[in-house]
Formats: sequence, C-alpha cells, structure tokens
Amino acid sequence: MLELKDICYQVDGKEILKNVNLKIDDNMFVVLTGPNGGGKSTLAKIIAGIETPTSGQIVLDGVDITNWSVTERANGGISFAFQQPVRFKGITVKDLIALASGENLSTAAACGYLAEVGLCAKDYIDREVNDSLSGGELKRIEIATVMARKTKLTLFDEPEAGIDLWSFKNLIDVFEKLHEEIKGSIFIISHQERILNIADQVVVISGGKVTQVGTKDQVLPMLFGVETGCKFFKEA
Amino acid sequence: MLNDIVKNLLSEVSGIDNVPLNGAFNIRSNGASAGRNSTETIQIVSKPDGTGIDIIVKAGTKDENVHIPALISGDNMHDLVYNDFYIGEDADITIVAGCGIHNCGGGVSQHDGIHRFFVGKNAKVKYLEKHIGEGDGMGENIINPQTHIFAEENSYLEMDTIQMKGIDSTKRVSTAKLAEGATIVIKEKIMTHGKQFAETSFDVVMEGENSSAKLISRSVARDASKQVFKSKIFGNNACYGHSECDAIIMDSGVVIAEPNIVANHVEASLIHEAAIGKIAGDQLMKLMTLGLTEKEAEAQIIGGFLK
Repeated sequence: MLELKDICYQVDGKEILKNVNLKIDDNMFVVLTGPNGGGKSTLAKIIAGIETPTSGQIVLDGVDITNWSVTERANGGISFAFQQPVRFKGITVKDLIALASGENLSTAAACGYLAEVGLCAKDYIDREVNDSLSGGELKRIEIATVMARKTKLTLFDEPEAGIDLWSFKNLIDVFEKLHEEIKGSIFIISHQERILNIADQVVVISGGKVTQVGTKDQVLPMLFGVETGCKFFKEA
Repeated sequence: MLNDIVKNLLSEVSGIDNVPLNGAFNIRSNGASAGRNSTETIQIVSKPDGTGIDIIVKAGTKDENVHIPALISGDNMHDLVYNDFYIGEDADITIVAGCGIHNCGGGVSQHDGIHRFFVGKNAKVKYLEKHIGEGDGMGENIINPQTHIFAEENSYLEMDTIQMKGIDSTKRVSTAKLAEGATIVIKEKIMTHGKQFAETSFDVVMEGENSSAKLISRSVARDASKQVFKSKIFGNNACYGHSECDAIIMDSGVVIAEPNIVANHVEASLIHEAAIGKIAGDQLMKLMTLGLTEKEAEAQIIGGFLK
C-alpha cells in the first residue's frame, strides 16, 4: 500500500501541492483527475521520486521512502510512464524494453509487449527510440516499457494523450490486462471518461488539494453534476 | 609469428585473431609487413619506393574482403604509410583497415596512414576503420589518418570510422571528389577522455550531376578533452549534401563544430546540422525510473549514442 501524508510542494514560493493525503491500497485501479495545473503530474512525479516534496511523507508497504532516490523507488516496485516520452539516439525499442524488464529479454518476449500496445513488433523492435517515431508510437512504446517492469505500483501520466481513437480501445484493454496480470496497483492521471469508468477509485485534485476521493459511482456523478466541474472532463 | 600484444591489437582493430589463412590481407606491424596475401581478384603489391602498398581490385570482383591493419607495439615509433586502393568497375567489396598502438613506454608513438581510393564506375566499397590505443606508459599515442576518395560515375563508398579509446591526439582528414551519380556516406564515431584531442576535417566536392554526400559524426568528449569538427561541402552541380555533427559533452569537455557548405549551382541542395550538449536530464531520469543508477543510465545513453 502507498500512503501520502501531508505532502506539500512549493516552487519559488508558489504552493503546487497543499497537504495532500492519499492512500492507494494494493491491487487498486486508481484514476487521478482534475483541472490542468491542479498538481496531478507533480504528485505522480513526487511518488516516483522525480520531484522532492517540500514537506510530508511517502510510505510504501509500511516503509518510509520519502528520501529514496528515483532508482531506489524503481527497484522498490514503482514504475512511471512519462506524459511526454523521452527520445534516445541509438537506443532501440528492444534495448529499452529489455532495460525495463531488468533481464536479458528474448526478442519474442519484447515483441509480445509491443503487440500488447498494438504495434507490429517486426516493424518496431529494432528501431531507435528517436525522432523518427511519432508521438503516438512513442507513447505506446512507453506503455510497453512499464508493462515489462511488472511492478506493484505503476503510474501513468495521461497515457491517452497522443493516442488515436482506434488504439484508445486497446489502451483500455491494456490497462485491464495489466491490472489483472500483475495484481499490482495502477495509478493513472487521466481526463478520459472511458478510463475513469474502469477505476476502482477516483481521486480529484484541484488547486493543489485533493477535493474528492471515492468510487467512480460516488465521484463521477458529482463531476457531471456540477456545471463548472466538467470543464476538464472529456468524453472519449 | 605475431606476439600476444600484436595479436590482441589485431583482434581489436580488425576482428581477426591471427594471420588469416585466405583472403586478401596485408598486416603491417611496427612499420614492416608481418604477412600478406593476394587473391586471384585482389592484388596487394609494394610500392616501388617502399612507402606503402597498392591494393588493386579487378573489375567485377564481388563479395570479397581485404584486411589491411597497421599495428605498433612500442614507444618512440613514427610509422608513415601510403596505401592506394584501385577499385575496378562494378566491383563490390569490403575493406577493413584501422590502426592499433600499444605503447608502454615514455615516448610518443605515431601512425600516419594516408589512403587514397580510386573507385571505378558502378563500384561499391564498404570501408571500415577502427583506431585504438593502449598501454600503461606515459608515452602519447597519435594517429593521423587521411582518406582521399576519387569516386567515378555511379560509384558508392561507405566509410565507418571509429575511435573509442587510447588515442591522445588525432587529426583526421577526409577529402572526396564525386563524379556524376557517385555517392559517399561517411559515419564517424569518436570518444575522447582525459586531455585527448581529436580533429576531424571533411572536404567534399560534388562535381557530378546527381552526386551525393552524407557525413555523420557522433562524438562524446569527456573530462578535459577537446574535439573539433570541420566540414566543407561544395555543390558544383545538381547534387545533395548533408553533414551532421552530433556531440555529447561531459565534465569539462569541449566540442567545436565549424560547418561550411558552399552551393555553386542552383540545383545543389546542402544541409548542415550540428547539435552539441550534455546528456539530457530527462533521458537520465527515464532510465533511472527503470531501475538504473545515474552512472548506469549515463553508460547506456553513451553506449547507444556511439553504437
């Protein structure tokens, strides 16, 4: 279980996160939503160790990991799919998936992950993760890399951004399969109704504060019901 | 017989473990021939004045390799050699050259290999060149290769040149003159560290219609090392030229790129791209989120970049 206790984060005196308290139980599918600029990505980066909270505590399975590095958290069971995947000259798709899996991955196994995200493996496995790939292709490769990690907590920062409608359906299948197979928790930042609809728990963060937490049945009607609350909410 | 040091250099430079049993080769060790073989289609002969060798490839020769490594296993040696390649029309061959220096002494060891390629019409050449230096002495290792290419109509030459370690100073000069429809592709990979210095200089003249040149340099300058990349491409006809200098700088490394493209014809299309910078923070971060330490991430990024 991951627990965030009184997480605050300030940049240049501006409060980005204000006393965020949140528990993510094991094997939960949690979707974090809310208006742009509300602190969603910052919170995910703080969990992954990319950003350091100004104050507060992060506890994973009863262990205080607040001072753990990104590497320690990755090896401790946290994966993070970037909103804007990184490009590398010379590193191939297979290299990246093999690094993610932490073992000498066979080509067949690497291809399996690509197939999961709807990419024809033979067309991509030996390609460099560079500018020749489109944003959507990179996004799917990013998802394949975190799938290969099979960690107890996987964070996705707006995985649907850049993914076309055809593959959006596959994306939902990918999340459901991942959730079922690894029996870990999935924490997704998203605005999409179809992703919110498969959540066990929906968390709304706005203005740096957690404003709602509950099941989708509890939270979604409130999002829809409040006129101004729907501005950040997109129907797929 | 080659001693173990020379055998190791030979393996590192040319990927062969000993004097080959067949195929065309000339192994140069400490300024003298340590083995040579010609084949029916590839003749290797000494120049009359003793300054080097001529490699003569018969027209139409296909799928053959030539190995011509040069090895130095001592200090205070200055080896200068002139090798000329005459590639017959329609030939398709691979040439593996390169130089290795093992210097355990206090003096300077230097190899200057001056290679000229006369590539016949429609011929295709793949030229692989690797330079390494080793040894735990204080003596410097210097390699100053020169490659001069004369590409006839519709010929193709691809050159892969690599310098990864142990060369304290290098000045690499490559020139080319391209006839109609001729193409050259030069890919260079260099890593310098300590106080090493590397200078690359390309000078390519595209004389013929529809000729093309692609020059790609990827380099990493670590510690207090310095690299200079100079490229001049002249488009004197309807042609396509592209040079690319992509460098990672680390520590106090310095990289200077001096591109120069000259279009002397309205149909000449010339491009130069240069990108110099440190490893991007988000690249390191991405690999660290996969469980790598910062050092491991850095090694992966550089390894991929120079692969």
